[in-house]
Amino acid sequence: MSHVRLVNVTKKFGDVTAVNNLNLEIGKGECFSMLGPSGCGKTTTLRMVAGFEDLSEGEVYVGDRLISSPAKNYYLPPEKRDFGMVFQAFAVWPHLSVYENVAFPLRIRKLPATEIDKRTKDALASTNLLSAAKDSPENLSGGGKQRVALARALAINPDVMLLDEPLSSLDPHLREEMRFEIKDLQRQYGFSILYVTHDQAEAMALSDRILVMKLGVVQQIDTPLNVYNKPANKFVFSFIGLSNFLELVWGVNGAPTLKSEDGTPSSVPADILPSDAVCGAQGASFSIASRPYEIDFVAPDSGGLKGVVSRKSFLGEIIDYQIKVGGQELRVQKGRRAPGPEVGETCALRLLRPFFYQ
Amino acid sequence: MKSLQQRHDFGIAPVILFLSIAILVIVVAVPVLLILFNAFWVDGTFNLADVVKVISEPDTYQALINSLIISTGTTIGSTIVGTFFAWLVTRTDIPYKGFMKAMFLVPFMLPSFIGAMAWKMLLSPRAGFINRFFMRELGFDGPIFNIYSYAGIILVEIMYLFPFVFIQVCGALERMDPTLEESARISGAGLFTITRKITIPLVLPSILSGALLIMLYSMAHFGTVAVLGIENGIFNIPTLIYQRIHQSAGSFASIRTGTVLATVLVITAAFILWLQGKILTHGHYQIIAGKSFRPMELKLRALKAPLFIFCVAYIAFTIVLPTVVIFLVGGLKTYGLPFTWENLSLNNYKFILFDYKLTRDAIWNSVTLGFSAAIITMFAGVMISYVIVKMKVRGKGILEFLGMLPFSVPGSVIALGVILAWSGKYGVNLYNTVWIILVAYIARYMAFSLRANSAALEQVHDSLMEAARVCGASMWQTLKDIVLPLVRPGMIAAFFLIFLPSLRELTVSIMLYSPTTRTIGVAIYTLNEDGETVMSAALAGIALILIVVGQTLINRFTARKGAK
Repeated sequence: MSHVRLVNVTKKFGDVTAVNNLNLEIGKGECFSMLGPSGCGKTTTLRMVAGFEDLSEGEVYVGDRLISSPAKNYYLPPEKRDFGMVFQAFAVWPHLSVYENVAFPLRIRKLPATEIDKRTKDALASTNLLSAAKDSPENLSGGGKQRVALARALAINPDVMLLDEPLSSLDPHLREEMRFEIKDLQRQYGFSILYVTHDQAEAMALSDRILVMKLGVVQQIDTPLNVYNKPANKFVFSFIGLSNFLELVWGVNGAPTLKSEDGTPSSVPADILPSDAVCGAQGASFSIASRPYEIDFVAPDSGGLKGVVSRKSFLGEIIDYQIKVGGQELRVQKGRRAPGPEVGETCALRLLRPFFYQ
Repeated sequence: MKSLQQRHDFGIAPVILFLSIAILVIVVAVPVLLILFNAFWVDGTFNLADVVKVISEPDTYQALINSLIISTGTTIGSTIVGTFFAWLVTRTDIPYKGFMKAMFLVPFMLPSFIGAMAWKMLLSPRAGFINRFFMRELGFDGPIFNIYSYAGIILVEIMYLFPFVFIQVCGALERMDPTLEESARISGAGLFTITRKITIPLVLPSILSGALLIMLYSMAHFGTVAVLGIENGIFNIPTLIYQRIHQSAGSFASIRTGTVLATVLVITAAFILWLQGKILTHGHYQIIAGKSFRPMELKLRALKAPLFIFCVAYIAFTIVLPTVVIFLVGGLKTYGLPFTWENLSLNNYKFILFDYKLTRDAIWNSVTLGFSAAIITMFAGVMISYVIVKMKVRGKGILEFLGMLPFSVPGSVIALGVILAWSGKYGVNLYNTVWIILVAYIARYMAFSLRANSAALEQVHDSLMEAARVCGASMWQTLKDIVLPLVRPGMIAAFFLIFLPSLRELTVSIMLYSPTTRTIGVAIYTLNEDGETVMSAALAGIALILIVVGQTLINRFTARKGAK
């Protein structure tokens, strides 16, 4: 059953289309991440769900309830939506104590005093903040402030939690720890999460499903595993993990030929093509994508892609090779114990899991 | 060879240090110390009982109370007005925000004593244009408002001082992280609750700091009270100091009263500044935004038109009307004639610019005094700032303290101190010459120059100078070729920060002028006191034009610098 639903949502700032015709359904209790580079429209989408931005077109529902629709001239203000939200810069109020920060949404709802106290303490307890209740949040670390923000969002026991890059102001170690805490809290409280991040590892670790966005247009919506294993296009492939792209054209009789700037095309063996490659018309371009750690060195006489090592760097656990193939560069990463060619040597490569993009 | 080189470099540092200390001691420390000395020492002994006696004299006591009443009223009023307008132009969807923000800052430029004169013309109980209109045309029995009152003085001061709060609160509201308010909104709070519970408390330190600045300024403020208070015998501390010194040229009793009052002013000012510093360092929240979205705007809906009209009316009534009145009265043939085309001409302006010796001298004096003070203070300021910011010497804290002292020493106190120091008692008599005004200006404006130059010098990283030394430049060459060119913008800023205010200066010059050394401010004030209202208004009009043109030029200049 879908819980938050966006139907044909478009947002324009003047002539710029920040979000283009987005359709999205988030299930109850699902953790849904929106991933993309800055300026891709993910935060704008979140702010439209929160009610801080109007929609230009489309509708937003929570359950069966319509909350935004410019066509019907309907707009429920953020304070009436009963969401929890955590911001990147914490947005914890420095003039109120930790306790009062968390109690604020409950006081606004004019709950009885005993109820306010109980719920505040519950929220503080689940975020390990009970001992800091009387402190000023200014004295807390970044992680502590973010816990206060989380507790404040939890206090009203919301059905939907909106998280706007909540971990990107924290240092890497804390980030991992908080990731698990958010996941635990979700299990405990059962809310749905709409999570915005530009960090793919964070999105992978937390999410049930991921949406990858570029310039306001959805690129792929799928489970983390599928996004990683079957990137829908070159953009998604390059956004998730390290990537290599070989640019090719179809030559005579469907022979794959490397593009090169100096105009001397060099053909490559057909066995590097992935099995799902579809032969195109002569002269049509396509790309083969591969991960640097999914390339093997093979014996020069056993076929494969021929290249010359142009750089070899020792990075500790791994060795990073830069290989010139025709006029193009490929990056290869091997464990530090694996044998490999030296700079200037010719080598043969096999792509283990090549992807074909037209 | 090497040691020779070192000894040569060593020569300049002590000279700079010595000169810096000498300038600040002679110009700033001696006058202030003389005031304290004269207040507490009688016939060579420390005498506190006498101080209490002077304070408990009815006149002095009343002046203290009046200062307190006026500054309290002004502070409360200005804080409300300033905060309200700041909130209106930063947090609501009121139209023409940029224009209104600019207009609300105009009173910063205008000298308040000229404003007070305009209000006197408009609202003096019998002759004021507005009061006369109500009595004659609408049949009122008496004046609708008497400007010669506490309320009148406070209202006029509010009109000219509220920008101190306005600018501080605007800055805080603009820099504030919008997610602080958004998180309150998503928590379920409506916009009025957010304003009351989140926004106002978060900018409270800025409001208080602006309010304290107004308190400080109003306590020590001379012009408005001098123009509006004397009629009904309302004196505050600075006007009483002026009156005593002026009427009883240098008698012992008047000097004592003056120094005691001045001491009270200095102590109050120091306390206010201390409190402000405390609020700024301890009370300030980290509310500055990391990544910024447009802050929420309160949709005023039905209130939009009335509030907009209110703002426009406020601007028209408090800024445009007094200015227009000054220029119109300045154009009248005789004061009291109605404003008709036959009665208006540019003759007065021509007369005071070209034919009237008193005003011509005053303009010349103000321009030359302002220019000299600005040049001297600019160069001295660079040197002293260099010692404070860049030289690692002991005792530079004292220099910093001395340099910033005039911020807490009101103009009338500086003037009194300068009289004590330079009227022949210690071998140099500058009294009744233009030089005593110059010395007082330098003391008064040194802090401005230090602030601008220190800020510029702090931008010059030590490594830039070290690089020059490594390249073989001597300390003197380094200063000349590297440091001075880099701090030039700060020096130019300092020049204008001093030159423009000195054109409108009244508080210091009024205590120090002689018949041949009137400044523009003094000339406007004395002409007005002598009943030459028309001439006084015409000169005030010319002063306003000078100030506005000057300020516009600076804004151009700094805007271009900033854009670079």
